[in-house]
Amino acid sequence: MKKPKQYPHAGYQGDYLSRRDVLKRALVLGGVGAAGVYLAYAPEHHPLSLRDRTGLRGMPVEDPFQLPDFRVAATNRNVQVGVGRGGTAREMLLKALDAVGGLAHFVQPGDVVLIKPNVAFDRSPNLGATTNPAIIDTLVRLLLVDARAAEVRVADNPIESPADCFAKSGIGAAAEQAGGRVYLPDPNAFEPLYTPGARLIEQWAFFKRPFKNVNKVIGIAPAKDHNLCHASLGIKNWYGLLGGRRNQFHQDIHEIVSDLSIMIRPTLTIVDGTRVLMENGPTGGDPANVRDGNAILVGLDPVAMDAWAFEHLLLRPGRLPEYLYKAEQKGSGKVNYTDRIKVIT
Amino acid sequence: MKPLAAMFAGGPNRWLRLTRVRIISQIVFFVLFVLAVWATWTSRLGGFPVSGLLELDPLVMLSTVLATGYVYKFLGWGLIVVAITFLFGRVFCNWICPYGTLHQLVGWLFDNRPGPQRIDQNRYHRTQYIKYSILIVFLVMSAMGALQIGLLDPIVMMYRAMTTFFSPLTDTAVGHLAGAVEDMGGGAMFLDSLKFAPGVESRIFVGSFWIGAIFLFFVLMNLWKPRFFCRFVCPLGALLGVIASKSVFRINRIVDKCTDCDLCLLRCEGASDPQSLVRQAECFSCMNCIDDCPEDALEFTMFRQDKKQVLPFPDMSRRQLVFAGALGLVAAPALRNNGLVNDENFSAKMIRPPGSVEEAEFLERCIKCDQCINACPTNVLQPATLAEGGIEAVWTPVMNFHIAHCQLKCNLCSEVCPTGAIRRISVAEKLGEGPYAEQGPVRLGTAFIDTTRCLPWANQVPCVVCEEVCPVAPKAIQTHDEETRDVFGQMVVLNKPFIVPDLCIGCGICEAECPVQDQPAVYVTAVGESRSKNRRLLLRSRTPERPI
Repeated sequence: MKKPKQYPHAGYQGDYLSRRDVLKRALVLGGVGAAGVYLAYAPEHHPLSLRDRTGLRGMPVEDPFQLPDFRVAATNRNVQVGVGRGGTAREMLLKALDAVGGLAHFVQPGDVVLIKPNVAFDRSPNLGATTNPAIIDTLVRLLLVDARAAEVRVADNPIESPADCFAKSGIGAAAEQAGGRVYLPDPNAFEPLYTPGARLIEQWAFFKRPFKNVNKVIGIAPAKDHNLCHASLGIKNWYGLLGGRRNQFHQDIHEIVSDLSIMIRPTLTIVDGTRVLMENGPTGGDPANVRDGNAILVGLDPVAMDAWAFEHLLLRPGRLPEYLYKAEQKGSGKVNYTDRIKVIT
Repeated sequence: MKPLAAMFAGGPNRWLRLTRVRIISQIVFFVLFVLAVWATWTSRLGGFPVSGLLELDPLVMLSTVLATGYVYKFLGWGLIVVAITFLFGRVFCNWICPYGTLHQLVGWLFDNRPGPQRIDQNRYHRTQYIKYSILIVFLVMSAMGALQIGLLDPIVMMYRAMTTFFSPLTDTAVGHLAGAVEDMGGGAMFLDSLKFAPGVESRIFVGSFWIGAIFLFFVLMNLWKPRFFCRFVCPLGALLGVIASKSVFRINRIVDKCTDCDLCLLRCEGASDPQSLVRQAECFSCMNCIDDCPEDALEFTMFRQDKKQVLPFPDMSRRQLVFAGALGLVAAPALRNNGLVNDENFSAKMIRPPGSVEEAEFLERCIKCDQCINACPTNVLQPATLAEGGIEAVWTPVMNFHIAHCQLKCNLCSEVCPTGAIRRISVAEKLGEGPYAEQGPVRLGTAFIDTTRCLPWANQVPCVVCEEVCPVAPKAIQTHDEETRDVFGQMVVLNKPFIVPDLCIGCGICEAECPVQDQPAVYVTAVGESRSKNRRLLLRSRTPERPI
């Protein structure tokens, strides 16, 4: 029910606004108004100005970071690539490391080491599409026990579901059982990386999260066939750290792979020749396409190492892939590996 | 003899009142539900009954039995809830159902109407029969092969909204939190365990806005009518109401003690009129009225029930029942005649997950709970929109290869499906390995190349990402070298891709990775899917020994 409207009766004393109150109110309103006008119309270089005449001030600003150089000088200038042949994966890895001067030369006690395997596909290890988990296991243990690294991380940004790829390739379990920590990509993990001299990825989304506080980086790539690039070896492995729409890069595959060789300067690059995917790469899928290459390579010069692996693991005579020459031009190493390699059998 | 329930119902000061036990039960089941959705993820699934609440849902059991004639996998668990309802009435609605818990919680938090208004809101309303009509329409439709109960079944709605609407929201929030923690120098790996989908870039779900909007609409309605969904809409509540009409225990009013104060209506969840003739089919057995009665005139009992003080059956006339049945009889063929579910005019993009049964049988089974979509590790499974299968197939799972692809060695969707729309298959069966070599791999569809958009074909630009990622061996996308002149007159050698449909399994990774993103130059369509004979493409797979 509505109440009847009430009027003030006679003798009613109101509480009226004073002149002082009116002035105060005018002052506050004027102040707020003037501040608003200043923020909106003051020229852009004035302090606190919010003015955006061109519409460009409101654009997102990319603040790229640069990666440090993770390389360590070689013990012997004439041994840029070490090859271990014969025996188990562990023995071959130890031989290859010995050839270049031993792991302790490259990793100091207390180092935080990042390992980048190739976990690109949801495949079981015997198909040769991903890094052999036995080598991950050995390397993580060597780093933690022999080289006394403070922490070992394992990271990759696979093409398929990361959790599944790490699980089914066996690399996740191998890394964690040996005491390493697996980093999976997530939306916050990528930041733009500035790579001076790179032609396609001068500034590009990079899987930065696992690199925090890292001072040594080791890549471990399986040796694989690749239709367009002719081979997927140590350098192409770094592709797995890129984010963004990386599927455009196939339009100039040799340029991007040579860009990768300057994007990151790893402490060591390892090529896993225990299961060489000879054809149907880089995905594989048929065990018949896999050959035991009986070799593990450790390289300080990734270009020379890839060149040797192309000829001796993929068994491809003739012209080397073009990306190797481009990488040499960009100063990442030398294609000619003669007299710069040491093979221990 | 003292009624058993009187041990607890002794008055508002006793701690272990039935209402307290009820709240504990509601919390437990709500947490179990969230845990089930949380555990439906590739790194967590390990034999947990993640679809358990759906399998407990007797409406899912009844409607799929009507549609298919059989009880799939664990759907028989629904009988547990039926038995509980025969004993205690609709306790499911107020002790177990997470959607009911949410409605009650929202009303408790945000409905601040004064007592007399609330008492008025909680009186029985004659339109509460509508939920029985909805139930009858859906059951008649199910019997005719058009299973649509998932549109309004509360458990299904909870799963669907939690997966497609809420989990991306909370995962994004947790992601930002993790970023902030890392910026401050802390380790944020532990926050991953709070995510529904850790270890992937953010998931997207097509059309999830509408799933969330409808879900939240019913939650919002609590501010107008308390428990609006449960009282007026819920078909599961209606089914349990019919069963509860014969329940052993019920709320009983002791007329001698009652002073007609109506305080029992203050927090009556079901609007079941405990102040006069209690409506047994509407009562949620929430026990609030027992707490609120100042005279101890109400009890939950199986003994000494006053048969004059109860209206056991749903308040629905025979004509209303016949009308609802007729509506269902019309609705089922009307949906099917919409023209998208047949073997002539099916959508090229109606690509079902591996293990799916043939389309007509699929729609007899799929309740649109979207558990498969939650389990999918690549995010390729999406709720269907009107575009793929029309109104009948809306929110059922389809593959969207713009977003991702179907991972070769994954069968998670078939493992979590509670109703067998996606039949449980092993990875070996999916890939056609071992004992399944004779029948070959499961094919989801067939890939084709649009040579007017493909970079090497149309623009003389090298690419063949599709060939690189093709997961079958030998590859279903192969290339041939072709020497041509490019636009600048220079000779170039191009790798031009072509499809070998005999080898293609329709996994869609080529389409997902194609750099011509908006309308990919290589794309998969449903034709050739192995679940259907009528949608076959090749007479048989060619081999070098037998070319055709």
